[in-house]
Amino acid sequence: MINIMEVTETNKMVEQENLDVRTITMGINLLDCAGPDLAEVNEKIYNKITTLAKDLVSTGEEIAKEFGVPIVNKRISITPISLVGASACKTPEDYVTIAKTLDKAAHTVGVNFIGGYSAVVSKGMTKSDELLIRSIPQALAQTELICSSVNVGSTKTGINMDAVRLMGEIVKETAELTKDKDSLGCAKLVVLCNAPDDNPFMAGAFHGVTEDDAIINVGVSGPGVVKYALESVRGKSFEVLCETIKKTAFKITRVGQLVAQEASKRLGVPFGIIDLSLAPTPAIGDSVAEILEEIGLERAGAPGTTAALAMLNDQVKKGGVMASSYVGGLSGAFIPVSEDQGMIDAVNEGSLTIEKLEAMTCVCSVGLDMIAIPGDTPATTISGIIADEAAIGMVNQKTTAVRVIPVVGKGVGETVEFGGLLGYAPIMPVNKFDCSAFVNRVGRIPAPIHSFKN
Amino acid sequence: MKKCVITVVGKDTVGIIARVCTYLADTKINILDISQTIVSGYFNMMMIVDMSGSNKDFDNVNSDLDKLGEDIGVVIKCQREEIFDMMHRI
Repeated sequence: MINIMEVTETNKMVEQENLDVRTITMGINLLDCAGPDLAEVNEKIYNKITTLAKDLVSTGEEIAKEFGVPIVNKRISITPISLVGASACKTPEDYVTIAKTLDKAAHTVGVNFIGGYSAVVSKGMTKSDELLIRSIPQALAQTELICSSVNVGSTKTGINMDAVRLMGEIVKETAELTKDKDSLGCAKLVVLCNAPDDNPFMAGAFHGVTEDDAIINVGVSGPGVVKYALESVRGKSFEVLCETIKKTAFKITRVGQLVAQEASKRLGVPFGIIDLSLAPTPAIGDSVAEILEEIGLERAGAPGTTAALAMLNDQVKKGGVMASSYVGGLSGAFIPVSEDQGMIDAVNEGSLTIEKLEAMTCVCSVGLDMIAIPGDTPATTISGIIADEAAIGMVNQKTTAVRVIPVVGKGVGETVEFGGLLGYAPIMPVNKFDCSAFVNRVGRIPAPIHSFKN
Repeated sequence: MKKCVITVVGKDTVGIIARVCTYLADTKINILDISQTIVSGYFNMMMIVDMSGSNKDFDNVNSDLDKLGEDIGVVIKCQREEIFDMMHRI
């Protein structure tokens, strides 16, 4: 039987170390809502979402109360809308009507975000993909809860540089259309390479075409728990360090597994995957950067950061894999700047640069995340940053992403406040040399040699 | 069997166990195991209970225990046992 020490340990994790389940995300297939009549498509989408997800939020709250573990977000991911709207949408404005329907459905069921206003264009862009992409700035400016993502490359297909070039412009346009809210729209727009079909985390969540009609995916969290556990092994060997991370990751993931099973059972929707991610929040003590500091770095970004992060990421996976029956999504440590107080401090003190963050993305999930950059950064430079990240993902057979916010009217040294889980960020300098001649070439970068495995 | 774990943490005073147990008896909740320690003056108790015969549902028991805790000056939490089993047993 469970003893008092074990009970105290679990409750301490929740009460003092910020253990929570970051999100229960219901994936919903909308392919059966497609059709030639736009009004009908909108109606079907609204009805399907509000029927399947009507009890998602209340079930999440019930589970949180019964087990005594907070479940921070309840979200929905949907089939990439470029596919669902393909036969009904003739203009970007047509797609925006779907965005508004999704936003309305999300408000009705009470979820925090709905992700999947997306296009998967890793090799080529269809007409409907392009229309959807061109509608993103308006869609994000006119809605509140929509998250958008575009997959521009994969290990198997190479990188679609036409999409990369277009996304540089779309990011800029989104920033411009949401400039009265410090370009907040860009915080809900991510450009991916090797995007997974079952990611529960925003902004990159969508319900891939390989998935069931509806599915429950759960994202766990717990950087604070790992950090506190590591305090007890200061100065010990790497072996002890790694064992401690693994054991802690195991415990955190088991909570996610339990919540996922319960949610799946109560909602009558199959369980998909657990995403083993250390997802930080702006709260003190809930930071991935603080884990790196506890491992032995003065600040995140110091020499040794990439190695420490690689080890952390690997141990989290090794501990978590055994704790869950199915693991998927992004699964790794997140390093968003604005959502992690330790990262923000590292930037403010001059320890962390975009270039170091890029190196860090080679060894963890996911990419250059929630980074505020000067509003006058050219679109081609943003495309260059996207291309660099996509190349890292393509060559290393991993998911990478770019979510940068070129804050209109602000420059290096200023700060931008997004609020809530999105946090605040100091605006970081970007390399000023030009890459437009590279970005403006048309076509795609071929798949790397090691992708030919057949 | 519907096993739950009740934890009581707070400043030690006379009659904590008595009052919690009286409430559980009145609500027809059966106690399976109790352990209790005092850590630097703080009262720390854990009970494993079976709620299958309870005459109130989980939500009500939880809010009643909340109120009782406030009354005594301690924090009382009631959670389903599975969370601890999942975390600490393979």
